[in-house]
Amino acid sequence: MRYSYFPGCSLEKNAHAYHQSTLAIAKPLGLELVEIEDWNCCGATEYISLNLMAAYALVARNLAIAARTDGLKTLVAPCSACYLNLTKVDKTMGEYPALAKRVNTALAEAELAYTPGSVKPRHLLDVIYNDVGCEALAAKVTRPLSGLRIAPYYGCFIARPGYVKVDDTEFPTTLDHLLKALGAEVVDYPMKATCCGGHMTQISEATGFDMIRRLVKGAADREADLIVTICPMFQLNLDAFQGAMNRHFSTAYHIPVLYFTQMIGLALGLSMRELGIGEELVDSRPALSRIGSEMAAAAAAEPRRARKDDKTLPMPAPLKQA
Amino acid sequence: MTAATAEASQAHASSATAFMQEVVAKTPGGETLIKCIQCATCGGSCPSGPDMQHTPREIIALIRAGERERVLRSNTPWYCVSCYYCTVRCPQEIHITDLMYTLKRMAVQAKLYDDSTAPDFSKTFIMWVEDFGRAFELGLMGVHMLKHNPFGAFKMGDMGFGMVSKGRMAFTPTRIKGLQGLKRILAKAKELEVSA
Repeated sequence: MRYSYFPGCSLEKNAHAYHQSTLAIAKPLGLELVEIEDWNCCGATEYISLNLMAAYALVARNLAIAARTDGLKTLVAPCSACYLNLTKVDKTMGEYPALAKRVNTALAEAELAYTPGSVKPRHLLDVIYNDVGCEALAAKVTRPLSGLRIAPYYGCFIARPGYVKVDDTEFPTTLDHLLKALGAEVVDYPMKATCCGGHMTQISEATGFDMIRRLVKGAADREADLIVTICPMFQLNLDAFQGAMNRHFSTAYHIPVLYFTQMIGLALGLSMRELGIGEELVDSRPALSRIGSEMAAAAAAEPRRARKDDKTLPMPAPLKQA
Repeated sequence: MTAATAEASQAHASSATAFMQEVVAKTPGGETLIKCIQCATCGGSCPSGPDMQHTPREIIALIRAGERERVLRSNTPWYCVSCYYCTVRCPQEIHITDLMYTLKRMAVQAKLYDDSTAPDFSKTFIMWVEDFGRAFELGLMGVHMLKHNPFGAFKMGDMGFGMVSKGRMAFTPTRIKGLQGLKRILAKAKELEVSA
């Protein structure tokens, strides 16, 4: 199965592990992902906050480039924000011809044009769940993830607003089924579609950290070993900001966050290095040591540096009384 | 009612309608706004609602009342996290998230926002996109922190160090090949930016 592929800016760097693991599992799953040429940023949620037409034109340029790619009308995006913007612009241009006309006037400046509906943007989860399927996936598993308690996290955009209907808006289940097919124990995680705050840590720390805390606490309360996600923004928020959040609330949560493509890769027997495992800031190796000797060895090779007491400042030890 | 008060109330009513019409015109799907039944499902669904000055329901009521300045000064749109819970749960199918984007754009245009951090974050984000074609995280965080929270950079130091040491932070932005074309597209799109 061949598809056009839109990695997006996050996957270039901060979510590089997502990109790497996606490409690593593509071949064993029989997916051929052709990266569209010279794509640009989708604007996230920022561009539309300042300019409507420019935000639409920015995304439409990518759609126009994808439409030019011969024979490949499905554009796969692993990043949830890119997926949202691609579906939003395609759908809105279709519904509002006057808007579509303006977008095309702007695109004409670079000899591009886009007819709404000519490209079908889809999320990578949708493609793996519906085109590969759980049964085919389960048949390929060589290293079952049994014994691993996973909290599945979908985030907002695969579920809502649903320009393309993939899963339930309130309680999605596709990722649950995929992870079960890999042999994992899937935790009942009610926050699976609750917002992680997006860029909120940069706008208001108090608000942003609290949104992160709810999700980490939810997973910890249900004794999940790790959270598995489909969204780079969530991974950044819960992984990179987990330390800052812990300091903010004086908590000591340690919940690693991996991408679902990394879990599929592990179950298919790929190595941690091939999947970019180890690039996360909250170490996942202690949790992964439950599923295999390779993981246990990796966890043992580099023990976490022990500190006497996390709560105290580095101070000279008190003098012993004579 | 005297002629003067009747005239004043009529003037108020027409300015209220004008504000509402402007909001509707600038929002794809904005025509649904008129259907709001003030049920407050939106506010109850909002994950950042507790920190908003007005819930989305109150914002819609204020728009209908023509309270232009109060609406555009409110922190509400800037605390919207774009999770779309309100939009999918609204029994009247109002595009509330898109309404919040419209209010952000109008507030920036009218320079009517008290807290400048959020609009500046968006501006810095798109500055890199417009100059290179792709987002640039280190540049975004760096510029934003220096402008608004220089001491916060120390607090976030270990996180930044972690990201760099794990190879997850680029030091230079990626420039796309068709940047000149993209710039022309965006310039033209901005010319066409009026009602949707």
